[in-house]
Amino acid sequence: MPTHNDKMKAYWRKNLQTLFILLLVWFIVSFGCGILFVNELNEFRLGGYKLGFWFAQQGSIFAFVILIFVYVVRMNRLDREFDVDEE
Amino acid sequence: MEILTWTYILVGLSFALYIGIAIWSRAGSTQEFYVAGGGVSPLANGMATAADWMSAASFISMAGIISFAGYDGSVYLMGWTGGYVLLALLLAPYLRKFGKFTVPDFVGDRYYSKTAKVVAVICALFISFTYVAGQMRGVGIVFSRYLEVPIEWGVVIGMCIVFFYAVLGGMKGITYTQVAQYCVLIFAYMVPAIFISMQLTGNAIPQLGLGGSVADGTPLLDKLDGVLTELGFAAYTSGRKSITDMFMITLALMVGTAGLPHVIVRFFTVPRVKDARLSAGYALVFIAILYTTAPAIAAFGMYNAIDTTSEKNISELPEWIATWQKTDLIKVDDKNGDGKVQYVADPDANELTIDRDIMVLASPEIAKLPNWVVGLVAAGAMAAALSTAAGLLLVISTSVSRDLFKTFRPDISDKKELRIARFAAAGAVLLAGYFGVNPPGFVAQVVAFAFGLAAASFFPVIIMGIFSTRINKEGAIAGMITGLVFTIVYIVYFKFISPEMNTADNWWFGVSPEGIGSIGMILNFLVCGIISHLTPPPPQEVQDMVEEIRIPRGAGKAQDH
Repeated sequence: MPTHNDKMKAYWRKNLQTLFILLLVWFIVSFGCGILFVNELNEFRLGGYKLGFWFAQQGSIFAFVILIFVYVVRMNRLDREFDVDEE
Repeated sequence: MEILTWTYILVGLSFALYIGIAIWSRAGSTQEFYVAGGGVSPLANGMATAADWMSAASFISMAGIISFAGYDGSVYLMGWTGGYVLLALLLAPYLRKFGKFTVPDFVGDRYYSKTAKVVAVICALFISFTYVAGQMRGVGIVFSRYLEVPIEWGVVIGMCIVFFYAVLGGMKGITYTQVAQYCVLIFAYMVPAIFISMQLTGNAIPQLGLGGSVADGTPLLDKLDGVLTELGFAAYTSGRKSITDMFMITLALMVGTAGLPHVIVRFFTVPRVKDARLSAGYALVFIAILYTTAPAIAAFGMYNAIDTTSEKNISELPEWIATWQKTDLIKVDDKNGDGKVQYVADPDANELTIDRDIMVLASPEIAKLPNWVVGLVAAGAMAAALSTAAGLLLVISTSVSRDLFKTFRPDISDKKELRIARFAAAGAVLLAGYFGVNPPGFVAQVVAFAFGLAAASFFPVIIMGIFSTRINKEGAIAGMITGLVFTIVYIVYFKFISPEMNTADNWWFGVSPEGIGSIGMILNFLVCGIISHLTPPPPQEVQDMVEEIRIPRGAGKAQDH
């Protein structure tokens, strides 16, 4: 039977997995699309925007907002699954 | 009605509102004073965080900086928003679960050491003072520009207002006034932006207008690129900074944001861990509204400025140029005497100088909006400056009364501690006011300091304190000091000792002083990790505490010791 401790370890591992994926996206939209590959992306267009420029001044910020809300939803689900949520 | 009358009415009304809220929500206990009793809803806390975060610089100067920097200005947009992702994912929920009042509280407990705590207090005080001096100056400038009083008087009026609600209301008063201030500032920012966007591109949403087309059908940004390159400037959508430097500055600003004590402390005010996560999300939504509008105002402003002046007869310039020429924020100098304005990159031939603050300050006039909108922008700018100043003053007073005084005199009563906190807040207001009236010449330069230091000192030790049970006090203290000293030395050398050396050729690894906090942070992480592994692990009860803060259940209200 899994002990309380093992369960908490599993919870923490899942938490870290979630963080890793979300932070990877965080890095890609800002540092990746907005800075490192901005010139390549500027070859493409989004309406009147060059794509790389759009990421740097608009897209990355929208993505940040979405990331936090995805995190909130996922963590709330994880908390309930492992029965560590607050009453 | 005259602009000045409208300004007095709108600014007066907004001040009456703030003071009313402060009286209604004044603090009765240290808990209310430090963390608003821990009972603020996530939505209200998100709004307050946004107002706390967006300073006079965000409101007045940021769009203008982007106007002139174009793509390079993206470092501020990404840097000052991306930090909230780090905050929400890596810090806020755990610090809320930890459940004390301040960042030095956490550092002191997690690293079981008064030395670590005192180092943290010194960092917190230094960062907050640097920041608040700039805010007070901002308050003074806004007052003097709009109410036509001397800057000194502007600072004094601002001090009185902040004094009133920060000293009386503590965190509780500040939080609810900040909610009101957010509403004022965002409304004031959006109204001119929406109208300008409509006039230029026919799209009422500035974020879409920026990607829209001007009257002749070409996309606005392409048109701007074309016009600017023709005049000898760099294209708006391409950068001049190196990729390394862009990367490092953005990183330093993001991590610095997540390490700023007045931002972190906001997440102690919500009731539950769940709320701390959600509240960071709301905060970023409210911040993003302004931060995605700013680049639109920036590009519209630059387009308008060139379109209405370049090669135009001086006698036929639009009215707002004449109005703002009086304040010296715009200068027209017909060097070649042809009666027309030449705006070009070559400084010897250029005849038009525009201060960056114009892009927001003059936006209502550029859009030919009625006078009350000008008054509204004044009230918004004041709200931005006051809300940030109040948040910072609270961190200063808490650091003094709680982190310094109570650490060494743990037995003082709640009532006495509250009195000390109020005295400290009052002292901090006076000191900040002094710097506002007599600004040390380096205020503009020290902004890089505040972020660099927050990035290089707090961020790594908090992260490691949560995500590792092995990091001990020796590692944390060594890490903080290394990060701090390295960053200070680098910035002081290039900004104060040898400013003439401050060019890309002399920078280490091509990183400018603005971005050096990133390197300081990496050093802090390395030193902290290495030293910790060479010295004994932290005591068992500290390791248990770390395990405990990782799990949401059982977070009570923010507790006293």
